[in-house]
Amino acid sequence: MAVREWAGQELSEALRRELPEAVEGFDETAAWVNPSQVGAAAIFLRDEPSLDFRFLNSITAIDYVEYFDVVYHLTSLKQQWCAVFKTRLYGRQDLSLPSVYQVWKGADYQEREIWDLMGVYFEGHPNMKRIMLWEGFEGHPLRKDFL
Amino acid sequence: MTIRTEPMTVNVGPQHPSTHGVFRVRITFDGEDIVEVEPVFGYLHRGTEKLAEERNYVQVVTLTDRLDYTSSMINNQAYCIAVERLLGVEPPPRAKYLRTLTAELQRIAAHLIAVGFFVQELGAFGTPLMYAFRSRERILELFEMLCGARITVSYMRPGGVFADAPREFWPALDRFLEDFEVEFAEMEQLLLENEILMIRTRGVSPIPPEVAVNNSVSGPVLRASGVNWDWRKQDPYDAYDQVEFDVPVGSHWDNYDRFWVRIQEVHQSLRIIRQCIEQIEPGPARLELPLVLRPDPGREAYGRVEASKGELAFYLVSDGGIAPYRCKIRSPSLINLTIIEELLVGWKLADMIVSLGSIDINMGEVDR
Amino acid sequence: MSCQLAADNVLYANGLYRLVYDLVGTILPCWLSYVIAGLVMIFVLVNAVLLGAAVITWAERRLLGRFQNRVGPNRWGPFGLFQPLADLLKLLTKEDLTPDGADKPVFALVPILMVAPLVMMTAVIPFAENTSLAALNVGVLYILAVSSITSIAIFMAGWSSNNRYAMFGAARSVAVLISYEVPVVLSLLGVVMVAASMSLGSIVEAQVLPFFLVQPLAFFVFMAGMSAELNRSPFDVAEAESEIIAGYHTEYSGVKFALIQAAEFGGVGVVSAIAATLFLGGWSGPWSEYLGWLWFLIKTGAIVFLFIWFRATYPRLRIDQIMAVSWKFLLPLSLVNLAAVTLEVFLLRGPEGVLTTGDLGIMAVINVVVTVVAIWVFGNLIRDRVKFQARQPSDVVVPGVTTIEVH
Repeated sequence: MAVREWAGQELSEALRRELPEAVEGFDETAAWVNPSQVGAAAIFLRDEPSLDFRFLNSITAIDYVEYFDVVYHLTSLKQQWCAVFKTRLYGRQDLSLPSVYQVWKGADYQEREIWDLMGVYFEGHPNMKRIMLWEGFEGHPLRKDFL
Repeated sequence: MTIRTEPMTVNVGPQHPSTHGVFRVRITFDGEDIVEVEPVFGYLHRGTEKLAEERNYVQVVTLTDRLDYTSSMINNQAYCIAVERLLGVEPPPRAKYLRTLTAELQRIAAHLIAVGFFVQELGAFGTPLMYAFRSRERILELFEMLCGARITVSYMRPGGVFADAPREFWPALDRFLEDFEVEFAEMEQLLLENEILMIRTRGVSPIPPEVAVNNSVSGPVLRASGVNWDWRKQDPYDAYDQVEFDVPVGSHWDNYDRFWVRIQEVHQSLRIIRQCIEQIEPGPARLELPLVLRPDPGREAYGRVEASKGELAFYLVSDGGIAPYRCKIRSPSLINLTIIEELLVGWKLADMIVSLGSIDINMGEVDR
Repeated sequence: MSCQLAADNVLYANGLYRLVYDLVGTILPCWLSYVIAGLVMIFVLVNAVLLGAAVITWAERRLLGRFQNRVGPNRWGPFGLFQPLADLLKLLTKEDLTPDGADKPVFALVPILMVAPLVMMTAVIPFAENTSLAALNVGVLYILAVSSITSIAIFMAGWSSNNRYAMFGAARSVAVLISYEVPVVLSLLGVVMVAASMSLGSIVEAQVLPFFLVQPLAFFVFMAGMSAELNRSPFDVAEAESEIIAGYHTEYSGVKFALIQAAEFGGVGVVSAIAATLFLGGWSGPWSEYLGWLWFLIKTGAIVFLFIWFRATYPRLRIDQIMAVSWKFLLPLSLVNLAAVTLEVFLLRGPEGVLTTGDLGIMAVINVVVTVVAIWVFGNLIRDRVKFQARQPSDVVVPGVTTIEVH
């Protein structure tokens, strides 16, 4: 009954079969995806019937000072399983990722929130502007170096 | 003769009587019909995620109370489950039952508010809302017995609950269940088959299941769209694998179904509470954990529960310190708002308020 | 030497007026005493309306409290009776704001224009035998004419406020008021026909059997229509507080707000008085020559209670549904009533054209049946059919979970 959680290795192998250049590796719980390939990986994860990740639970960005991790939690309601994939962006300036808005519209506010608070820009999002803070606010407050 | 008309843009909120807090939607109207919607957030943004990085693991519990302040017990529960997964510990069985029981009481309280305000927004002046608040008050009194607070309870802790329920709690709970049966039946009688309520909500703003899933909608809104997805069933946490309950789903996906699903969930919550009372056994109510928790560095945990608004999850990342390195809150209220365009565009001003009420947002959780 | 009021003057029937007129007439010229006596009566009526409004606000808040399991205002005075006074004092001390972009003269005129028609309407209401200020022989027509001034005032308020919510409220309100005028007028036509008079005094005298029994359909249409014209639930779209803040009076504050509020609650009182007069037999009752005012107050109070009861119970309809109720439900009902009453009067009246008590009884029996049938038939016709269809179950349904479904 309980949902099955995909191990990182399992997911990365499934991804590698179709998109070999997208997968960078895996860890215990998640597959690592090349930042530029996030969009393609997202479409594959959603549309491939043997994966069927049609529900995007959440997107999280984590600031590790030298680099940022962006974590995607996915669920398939039909198959009742969950998976996680991550991507890593190096640097602190001009960070950007392909938006998954067109794949999962549920990413809308979460991507805007990450841009607002963490400063990771999502290319292809139709309305990429600050969500919590006002226009013209300087800095991204959830970064470790803010304050 | 042609009459020249032009669309009119209205700022609904942040000081509008029925936007559930300081929420603002910029709406363009063509007459009374909505042609464009743009939600504006942030009026209640308190930086909870940042604050959580400055506090140790136990202190963060008090922050979670202030997210969705109508269901603080469930917020506590979600956070505690996340911390327990991070530490790799399990609370004792009595604590699990106490958590399930209080979470279900809180769910009833939250759904009562949702239903009460939903009907208030339909224009029923206060009466159903007051009926709902009468019962909710009793639940808050029960919480006061448990932890001394009514809204910001902070009752749960990583590893269990703050303290076992006092002896007088159980008879009071029995009395409440007995009275609530009658009170809730009264409310259902007033609302469920109400002709005006039916014509105002039936067929209004249907959200097809595919759209709901693609928009990451969760909770009663998702279930009203015909998807029987409930994390209490799919990923049973605490004592939910020990109790029996059904999942109500809608078949028309409209405002009425969202209202109906909440009413039915109250019944299911009552069932769960009764089973918890039967099954609970004496024992410790809290795991002995150090006061300052230090999970192993590099660990991460995604703790989720089915909150009254939907899937509430805390994604915690540890760097081995006494505070979470990152504490992401997946707030159902914010993400359920993604469907706002599908929900409102093409419908009338009067339906807008009702549809907003039917997804039951809470600004404390939307803005965090 | 004292002045003599002509016996065919509309003011002649009012005993109080004649008393004042005679008294003043002993010292002042007749034309002046005519005016002064009129002013005295106006003073009485204005106070009656405003005091009535105050009592109704109190009653509404107390009763809503009872309906909603709470107490209601109970701090000042016995049972909180002085609460309206305290509210008024509070509103009088508040700043009287006028929005920047407002059309100032129009904005300021609105509260007066809201209260005036109400006071004017009271001129023809008989509070007891021979107490209406003017025994106007076209009383019903006068009331209908004067009451429609309110819609202009509401539209002025919405337009001059320079506020979009106020505009919404005004636009809705005018639409509602115009649509509901039609069934209300048609329902009153039946009353006028049976009473064979438009004077409110004669209508009361004609009610050996109260007209809400003789023409239940007309009473139903009148009450529904008046709920809409007073912006009361379930037709209170014009000031739907959950949708458009306060509708047309969003921008009003201080004493102007107090006046609008007084007009609103005074309106409930005046309309209830009119309903009591036209349908419940007004001041008639046992010992009506002494206790007429008491019967009148009791009947008015009953109707006020009905309005408050509606407000505590019903959710609000949407604007298009309100229009549908008016044009597709109330209008046919009032036409059915009119046709039925016309036929009955034509067939039952005696050679001199009068209806006896027995005739009224026969009409009551027939009309009760007509009412039940007509409401049932049109009630079923107006229902939304196939507005929504049951949807196909989707493929995202999770197997193996017990579910319950809405029917």
